[in-house]
Amino acid sequence: MGKPLAIVTAVSLSLLLAAAFISPARAAEAPQPEPTGQELAFDNRKGNCLACHAMPGEPKAVTNTNIAPPLIGMAARFPDRRKLYGQIWDATRANPDTAMPPFGKNGILTDAEINKVVDYVYGL
Amino acid sequence: MKQTTWMLTCLGMLAFSADALSLSPEQERLNRVQAVQQKYPDIKFEDYVYGALAFSPDAKAQYENMMAFPPFESEIDKGRQLWETPFNNGKRYADCFPGGGRNVAGNYPYYDETMKKVVTFEMALNQCRANNGAAPYKQADMNTMGLLTAYARTLSDGMLMNIKVKGSGALAAFESGRHFFYQRRGQLNFSCASCHVDHVGEILRTEYLSMLPGQTTHWPAFRGGDYALFTLQRRYSACNQLVRAVPMEIGGEEYNNLEYFHSYLSNGLPLKSSVFRK
Ligand code: HEC
Ligand code: HEC
Repeated sequence: MGKPLAIVTAVSLSLLLAAAFISPARAAEAPQPEPTGQELAFDNRKGNCLACHAMPGEPKAVTNTNIAPPLIGMAARFPDRRKLYGQIWDATRANPDTAMPPFGKNGILTDAEINKVVDYVYGL
Repeated sequence: MKQTTWMLTCLGMLAFSADALSLSPEQERLNRVQAVQQKYPDIKFEDYVYGALAFSPDAKAQYENMMAFPPFESEIDKGRQLWETPFNNGKRYADCFPGGGRNVAGNYPYYDETMKKVVTFEMALNQCRANNGAAPYKQADMNTMGLLTAYARTLSDGMLMNIKVKGSGALAAFESGRHFFYQRRGQLNFSCASCHVDHVGEILRTEYLSMLPGQTTHWPAFRGGDYALFTLQRRYSACNQLVRAVPMEIGGEEYNNLEYFHSYLSNGLPLKSSVFRK
C-alpha cells in the first residue's frame, strides 16, 4: 500500500517540477506585439483569408483570388455575429465539402484571434 | 443536433467512398478530364500539361520564352554526364532499358506482380545501379537522383503517358493512391483534390491551381528564382507542407502509390522534361 502512494507522490512532484520549469521559460520569452485583426487576416501563417477571399473595400488587401465570395458588406450580411464566428471556427459545419480551413477547431487561430478577425471583417 | 450532424457526416463519407470505389480507373480519369473540359471548354486537352500556365496566356508566353534557352540547361547536362558515365563493369544505364532508355518513362510507375508493389522510374534507375554493382541513390537527393532523372526523362519527351492498372494487386495500389489524393489532411484540412479538382483554374492568392490530369508529365521541374530542382515526389512533399501536414517519405510506398494513381490520370498526355515552374 505504501509503494503506490510513493509513486503517486513522486509523479505529482515531478509534475510540479515540470510546471516550475515551464512557467519561467514562458515568462522569459520576449514580449511580442499583439497582432491586429487585420494582420491576423492577412498573414499567410495565420488567417490567410486573402488566399481565397478578395476584400473589394480594403485598399491594403493584395490578392488576385477568386476562390471564395469576396468579404464585403459583412455587417449587413451577417447580422448574427455568432454565425460569422462559427463560419471561421469551423466552415465544414455549414458545408462539409468546403475548402475553407477550420480555423478554431484545428487550432490555427485561438478564440481571441478569431474574435479579432471577426471584429476586423465586420468593418469590411 | 450534434448527433444528427455526426450521423450525416458518416453517411456522407460512406456514400463518397462507395461511389469512389465503384469507379474504374478509366472512368475516374474520364470524369476528371470531362470536369475540366466543362469548366474550361477553351483549353485543349493537350495543353493540360502546362498546368497553371494553361490559365494565363501571359505566363505561358513567358514560359515559352524561357524554355527556348532554359537557364537550368547546365543542370540537365550534369544529369547527362551521370547517365552516360559507365558503371565499373563498363555497362551503362542505357543498357538497362529497352531502346537505350528512349520512350520508356511514360510506362512508369507500373505495378510489379512479383514484387507486389509499384515501381517508379526512380526505382528502375536504382535497380539498374544495383544490377551493375553501384550503390542506390537516395530518392530524395536532388543532386544525384534528381539530376539523373532530369536528363533520363528527356529521352522520353513526346511519349504519351501510358500507365496500366491490371489485376487485383495493381488495383489495390491504385485505390491506395486515389485514397491519398482525396483524403483531407494537415492542420489546414485540405485534400489534394480540394485544390486540384474542386478549385481547378481558380486563384489561390496569386497562383492559378493546375488540373489533376497532366500534373505528372513534366518532371523534374526547376522552380522559382533559384531554379531549385523538384522531382514529382518532392512536389508532393511541398504540397503536403503547404497544408501543414507531415510529408511522407520520398520514394516510400504512400507516395509511390499516389504517383501510380496520379500518373494514370495523365494517360494520353505527352511527356516533356525538364520544365520551369514558379
Ligand atoms: C483556402 C480557402 C479559404 C480560406 C483561407 C478562407 N476561406 Fe472563407 N470561404 C472559403 C470558401 C470556398 C467559402 C465559400 C463557402 C463554403 O465553401 O463553405 C468561404 C466562405 C466564407 C464566409 C461566408 C461568406 C458568405 O458570403 O457567405 C466567410 C464570412 C468567410 N469565408 C470568412 C473567412 C475569413 C475571415 C477567413 C480568414 C480568417 C477565411 N474565410 C479564409 C474559402 C476560404
Ligand atoms: C492548398 C492548396 C493545395 C493543396 C491542398 C495541394 N496543392 Fe498541389 N499545388 C498547389 C499550388 C498553389 C501549386 C502551384 C500552382 C500549380 O501548378 O497548380 C501546386 C502545384 C502542384 C503540382 C505541380 C503542377 C505543375 O505542373 O507544376 C503538383 C504535381 C501538385 N500540386 C500535386 C499535389 C498533390 C498530389 C497534392 C496532395 C498531396 C496537392 N498538390 C495538394 C496547391 C495545393
